[in-house]
Amino acid sequence: MTARRRPMVRLIALAILAAAVVAPRPASAVNVERVVSPGGIEAWLVRDTMVPLVSIEFSFRGGAALDPAGKAGLADMTVSLLDEGAGTFDSQAFQQRLSDLAVEMSFSAGADTIRGSLKTLNRNRDEAVELLRLALTAPRFEADAVERIRQQILTVLARKSTDPDEIAGRVWWKAVFPDHPYGRPVEGTPQSIAAITVADMRRLIAERFARDQLIVGVVGDITPEELRPLLDRAFGDLPATGEPVQLAEASIHAAGETFIIRQDVPQSVVVFGHSGLKRDHPDFYVASVINYVLGGGGFSSRLYEEVREKRGLAYSVYSYISPMSAAAVFAGGVSTQNGRVADSLAVIRAEWARMRDHGVSEQELTDAKTYLTGSFPLRFTSTDRIARMLVGMQYNDLGIDYIDRRNRYIEAVSREDIARVANSLLKPDDLTFVIVGDPAGIEATAEAPEIGG
Amino acid sequence: MTLSSSARRIVVGTTTGLLCALAVVASGRAAVFGPDSFTLDNGMQVVVVSNHRAPVVTHMVWYRVGAMDEPPGRTGVAHLLEHLMFKGTDAYPDGAFSQIVARHGGRENAFTSQDYTGYFQSVAADRLEMMMQLEADRMTNLILSDEDIETERQVVLEERRSRIENDPGSRLGEQANAAMYMNHPYRNPVIGWEHEIRALTRDDLMRFYRDWYAPNNAILVVVGDTTVDQVRPMAEKYYGRIPARDLPTRIEWREPPAKAAQLVTLADPQVRQPSWSRRYHAPSHVYGATEHAYALEVLADIMGGGATSRIYRRLVVEQKIAAGAGAWYNPSSRGPASFGFYATPLPGGDLASVESAIEGEIDRLLRDGVTDEEVARATARLQAEAVYARDSLRAPAQVLGASLVVGMTVDEIESWPERIGAVTAEAVNAAAREVLRSEATVTTRLVPAPAGDGT
Repeated sequence: MTARRRPMVRLIALAILAAAVVAPRPASAVNVERVVSPGGIEAWLVRDTMVPLVSIEFSFRGGAALDPAGKAGLADMTVSLLDEGAGTFDSQAFQQRLSDLAVEMSFSAGADTIRGSLKTLNRNRDEAVELLRLALTAPRFEADAVERIRQQILTVLARKSTDPDEIAGRVWWKAVFPDHPYGRPVEGTPQSIAAITVADMRRLIAERFARDQLIVGVVGDITPEELRPLLDRAFGDLPATGEPVQLAEASIHAAGETFIIRQDVPQSVVVFGHSGLKRDHPDFYVASVINYVLGGGGFSSRLYEEVREKRGLAYSVYSYISPMSAAAVFAGGVSTQNGRVADSLAVIRAEWARMRDHGVSEQELTDAKTYLTGSFPLRFTSTDRIARMLVGMQYNDLGIDYIDRRNRYIEAVSREDIARVANSLLKPDDLTFVIVGDPAGIEATAEAPEIGG
Repeated sequence: MTLSSSARRIVVGTTTGLLCALAVVASGRAAVFGPDSFTLDNGMQVVVVSNHRAPVVTHMVWYRVGAMDEPPGRTGVAHLLEHLMFKGTDAYPDGAFSQIVARHGGRENAFTSQDYTGYFQSVAADRLEMMMQLEADRMTNLILSDEDIETERQVVLEERRSRIENDPGSRLGEQANAAMYMNHPYRNPVIGWEHEIRALTRDDLMRFYRDWYAPNNAILVVVGDTTVDQVRPMAEKYYGRIPARDLPTRIEWREPPAKAAQLVTLADPQVRQPSWSRRYHAPSHVYGATEHAYALEVLADIMGGGATSRIYRRLVVEQKIAAGAGAWYNPSSRGPASFGFYATPLPGGDLASVESAIEGEIDRLLRDGVTDEEVARATARLQAEAVYARDSLRAPAQVLGASLVVGMTVDEIESWPERIGAVTAEAVNAAAREVLRSEATVTTRLVPAPAGDGT
């Protein structure tokens, strides 16, 4: 790494390439239209006629964090059953119909939202939308299918119960949010999954699948005129209003603690983190740049350089910001052989402190900006990805012209902003570490919380 | 399974899903991508797919060299070299390659499989020429310091711990592979055996690099907001000036007939959920009885392609003995392929019952065959996948690259929907009899063990 051959050649070559660094104009061809159906369903649409298909992505506000006490996993299990029989189709008939029409339909639950996705060839568009309507409004929840899905979830939970990566993540969230739903796994626990009833699932649908909680993004070969009636067919039967989403703010616990879960594996899996910034925080873009330089930036972040490139301590080391509706975390992870975990953690703490105390260099800031602005158009390469972005823009109230404005927020970040935000955001002594494995030379500071299962 | 791609880096823990998705896409399920193709004077093939959705391109270089081409006793050299390709050249030393790509808003990575090694960047379309300049430079000018090699060796050993040693299912898969191939180098893991990774020298790496990294052993694939007329002069300028080189004689590996059934069992305290699999030797699109490959793709879909497949319906929906079950077949390999079945019993269930249920389905298939209706449904579904594959930059680049590099032609890829559509029930039944009658299978069992017995 430190071998420097012919530095002059390198400087010249870099200078030539650096001169060309001007952020490309990102996706300026993307034209987002607001489409409202006769029934009042709003969708944001990007027309794209390249392939004869359409992607519909949507979210309902309110996710697994709203699962009732003792019923963790309810949202996840419910959405797993939406395509297991609906309307006049039993499970196999519904699946056969999806398969014969080559319709890609999927649902998932996150902590804050329930997401759905439909991708169909244009020639099967009407049938696909009808299947989506049935899944959302007339799922059958037949005992057979319910028990099958319950067993599948339990199988996955059993497998994850000894997986070091899974254990590390679960313990971290449980330790940091001990009394808040964010501390529970979205998939639930064997106990909570066993307790879920069909009545629970029907109640969830009645309360959550409502038009006032719905956000829709559509991308593909479809006109606004064609889309309007489809929106009403897909979502028009949903009730106008659902239960208001009420989730208490989550405070962060276990700051500075280190938890160790002993496991007989050669490599320790470590996750760590502390509080972060929410999406609507005025300094969110500053924090994004900090994260890019520290550990979010592919092959060129400081953590990557210090932990992997210089010392060979890990294959994977990273940081990320996760903004949620009722909390935000700034977290990361690393996996290192048991004998050298302490070295990895020392480097990570030192980098956390260096960023807090010294911010970033002018070159690092420039590089971060050209990456973050220049890579933005890479998000516009498939219809489903663009549609998900349209949903995210609405969920976060970013405005319909956000795509045109987004890079300006990055460009506006200064070194002074970074120094100010890093100083308050980064708290190396507050990092909560969870280590799964048999690490040498590290002591736990507290007993790890029970995660069940 | 032959595409045990080992990408250079994982960002978060969804790698299994991603790699599986790529494996499916890479299995030759191509579509009418409408590529333009030409060959440079030095023998480097160039393929261009125009896609003007966003002002970006994906630029990939595929080398027809992978783990199967490693010298005996040097497993892991292809993959370690792939890592070291990011270290530097005279013109761009000390990791400058990645810095430059990132500085220009590009994303990049690389991957190694048994059959090939690939490098790619996704970047703004007006930076395509720069990517070619960088990639062409490291095709011939790589510099390796002993210090870089030692550090990266440690990184790869950590990668091996993450991917294999920490996961009993992966450890079993590695053993099963070694059982599957008596002679072919597919018996060795792509990432290499640990003791051989530790023993690789600078000479091993440089010899492998000089042997195989040549324009006449490479394919350039560009997909995105560009045209063949724009790509041609750039490709000639940067790649065209690299002279062709004599490549080493390739060993024409052939697998002798397998004659015995093998059972590979791994018991580990880390296992809470047992699982079972069985694999059969099968032809690929370029190896063995290739005339069966398309029919086997249809057969894999009928037997194990999702919630309406025969295996899933029987074991999961009707008999209620499995949480999951299915089949796999990946025909895009230079060497012998495999056709496999797998099942995970319900909690508390046993492996013997899922094994006998799958054997029952295979017997029924061999006895009664598939119906015309099943074939029609499967082919329609597979053909639709070809349309979906056009809805991104990565999928066309991945499909074209992975198919061409193993020896398929652009025509074969482009006519894939028709070739799938031409498969008849008779062809599927003949292919099933050809492959699934064999007794010489490899069966795996992953089972729990009391704590303290394992590893």
